[in-house]
Amino acid sequence: MQSTADKIREIAGRLLQSGAVDMVIGFRKGTVPMMNEPHVAKTPAEVARLVWDSHCGINLANYLTDRKEKIGIVAKGCDSRNIVTHVIENKIKREQLVVIGVPCRGMADKRKIAMKCPGEITEVVETETELTATGNGFSQTFSKKDVLQHNCTLCVHRNPVIHDELAGDPVPEQTGVDRYADVRAVEAMTPEQRWKYFEDLIAPCVRCYACRNACPLCYCPTCFVDESRPQWVGKGQEPSDVRTFHFLRAYHCAGRCTDCGACERACPVGINMRMFTKKLEKDCLDLFGWEAGLTLDVRPPLDVYRPGDPNDFIK
Amino acid sequence: MEHMGIEPGRLQFSWISSAESTKFVDVVTQVTAAIKALGPNSAFTKKLAEVA
Repeated sequence: MQSTADKIREIAGRLLQSGAVDMVIGFRKGTVPMMNEPHVAKTPAEVARLVWDSHCGINLANYLTDRKEKIGIVAKGCDSRNIVTHVIENKIKREQLVVIGVPCRGMADKRKIAMKCPGEITEVVETETELTATGNGFSQTFSKKDVLQHNCTLCVHRNPVIHDELAGDPVPEQTGVDRYADVRAVEAMTPEQRWKYFEDLIAPCVRCYACRNACPLCYCPTCFVDESRPQWVGKGQEPSDVRTFHFLRAYHCAGRCTDCGACERACPVGINMRMFTKKLEKDCLDLFGWEAGLTLDVRPPLDVYRPGDPNDFIK
Repeated sequence: MEHMGIEPGRLQFSWISSAESTKFVDVVTQVTAAIKALGPNSAFTKKLAEVA
């Protein structure tokens, strides 16, 4: 962990010093434990604040949209796939980027840790395999693999798919992962049960749009929920409006979502809205053999026509 | 949409050329009959606030 952070700082310092990039986007320690923030280093002096640990779950591709500068960016497996998606969608040029790839062993879920601790956590220290959370009168140690974010436990692309520099040795990819057990469980329900399932899922939603803001795919200048002419969807807590927001946001991510988990991580009430996007991700894999963001050379399935496209649903 | 709990058959897709008038009539008839059989849509309906 420490060696990875040192390597990131070394690369970032070198890139800024040589003028290869105007800024390096990475992570810095947050003001509270387990909440690292994005950090933009524009001078070699600012590089010292860059860190790397198990709390770098934010997807940094989000900060690339429509930038004009030359940018060095720290990228986990999922970030790199979203960078590819950004390039494909003309939101940034590949030539503008120096991707500092970081092979990733998964990010810690702060809620899992917080729920297992009796009080407020004031400090979290980590080693290669363990996390120790300390607070007023308690100190608990967790094995990292027990407190990973759910999407990280299912991840099969831990190593960056594109990179110019690498800040660590590639890690072995997980094999034999059943990525869609939860989606299949929902598919097995009756329509009424499914309706109820999603109703319960999004019942706590307060429409803060943190999921949308954290999502690297949600870069529309004006989101459909914010438009008032025409107003596509009501702005209150009315269940049908909340559901419309979640339905539509998920559809906008079809064939683009990399299951990076930024939405779920950002949610203040802990809704697993990945249940919407994962179904679309599964369908894309089943129907088109497509996983988002793996290559710059192939256009996404919703972007091109192929004679073999499934069309049984059209009468 | 059906995955998210909309009744199967509520949402239908069709591809009809502007020259296929008979197909258009057939599809409209079929869809209308199918939707009438399903009854009124209870999902995505809003109720007015109940005031005492």
